[in-house]
Amino acid sequence: MSRMYVKYLVLVGLFLSAAGAQAIEFNQVLPDKSSIGFGYKQMSVPLDGKFKKFAAQIVFDPARPEAAQARFDIELASIDTGSSESDEEVVGKDWFNAKVFPTAKFVSTSVKSLGANRFEVQGKLTIKGKTLTVAAPFIFKPDAAVALFDGSFSIKRLDYAIGEGEWADVSTVANEIQIKFHIVGASAPAKK
Amino acid sequence: MNENAQQYTLFAIGLHWWIAILIFITFPLGVYMHDLPLSPYKLKLYSWHKWIGVTVFMFAVVRMSWRASHIPPALPDSLPQWQKLASHITHMLLYVLIVAVPLSGWLMSSAKGFQTVWLGVLPIPDLIGKDKALGDLLLIVHKSLNVSLLVLVAMHVMAALKHHFIDKDNILRRMLPFIGEQS
Repeated sequence: MSRMYVKYLVLVGLFLSAAGAQAIEFNQVLPDKSSIGFGYKQMSVPLDGKFKKFAAQIVFDPARPEAAQARFDIELASIDTGSSESDEEVVGKDWFNAKVFPTAKFVSTSVKSLGANRFEVQGKLTIKGKTLTVAAPFIFKPDAAVALFDGSFSIKRLDYAIGEGEWADVSTVANEIQIKFHIVGASAPAKK
Repeated sequence: MNENAQQYTLFAIGLHWWIAILIFITFPLGVYMHDLPLSPYKLKLYSWHKWIGVTVFMFAVVRMSWRASHIPPALPDSLPQWQKLASHITHMLLYVLIVAVPLSGWLMSSAKGFQTVWLGVLPIPDLIGKDKALGDLLLIVHKSLNVSLLVLVAMHVMAALKHHFIDKDNILRRMLPFIGEQS
C-alpha cells in the first residue's frame, strides 16, 4: 500500500512539474495576431510598412532566457510599403531582388535579460544574401494563455544593399530603417 | 488705405507676384511629375511641388485677410459695368482657388498616406486619415480645380494685358511694384 502511495506521489509530482513548464515556455507563434512592420523616411516624411507573410518560430521561457530561440522567415514579396507603386519597386533588382532572394531570415544566437520584463535578442539577419549581427531589445508581456513580445531595432538599408544605383541616395529614402515586431506567443503541450 | 489710391500696397503687390511665380513653377511641375516612373528624382519633385503648394496656401491665407481688411484701388470709371462685374467675379474665384487648390493637394496627400513635411522640416498635420478611395477622389478634385485655375489665370492675364496695351488704362499698373503712383 505504501509503495503504491509513493508511486502515486511521484506521478503527481511529474505531472505538476510538466504542467508548470508548459505554462511558462512559449513555443508557438499566433501568426494572425503577430506582425512585422517597419518605419522609414522618404524626403523626411515618416512612413510605415509591413510584411504580410512570414513564418516565426520561438521557444521562450522567461526564467531561462539563455535557452530561448527565435527564427523568422519573411516573405519579401508580401511587403506593403503603404503605396502600391513602391511595393512593385522594392521587390525589384535594386531593392530586395526578391526573385533571387525571396526571403529575409533572422536566426537568434542569444537572448539575455535586461531586467524586469525587458530582454534583448541577438542574432543573424540575412537579407539579399548578406548576413549581419543585429540586437533587438524587446518587452515580454505574459498574459493568461499567451505572451506578447514587442520590440524594435534599426538597420541601415545600405548595409544590405537594399536600394542600389540611383536609390543609394539616402537623401531621398533614408538609410535608417526601423524594424518593429509584435509577436504573440502561446504555449503548446510539450512534444514527446 | 486711401480709397482713392491708384495702386495696391507694396505688401499686397508682393503677395500677388510671389503667388503668381510659385503657381507658374508648381503647376507645370505637377503636370510633369505625375507620369514619371518611380525614382528618387520623382520623389524629390513631388516633395518640392507640395512644399511650393503649402507656401502658396500660406501666402493665400495672408492675402485673403489683407483683402478682407482693405479696399482695393478703384477701377477706372470708364470701365463698363459688365466688365467691372466680370472682374469682380474672376478675382473672387481666383482668391478661392489659390486656397482651394493647395488645400485639395494637402488633403489628397494625407489620404494617400503621405504626410507633407514642409521644406523637409515642418510637418503639416494630416487633416484626414489614409483612405484610398478618398485619395483617388481628391486627385480628381485637385485636377479639376487646377483646370479651373488655368482658365481663370489665362483670362486674368489676357484682361490685364488688354487693359495695359490696348485700353492703355491704369489697371495693370495698380499691381506693378516700384513704379510709384503714376497718371
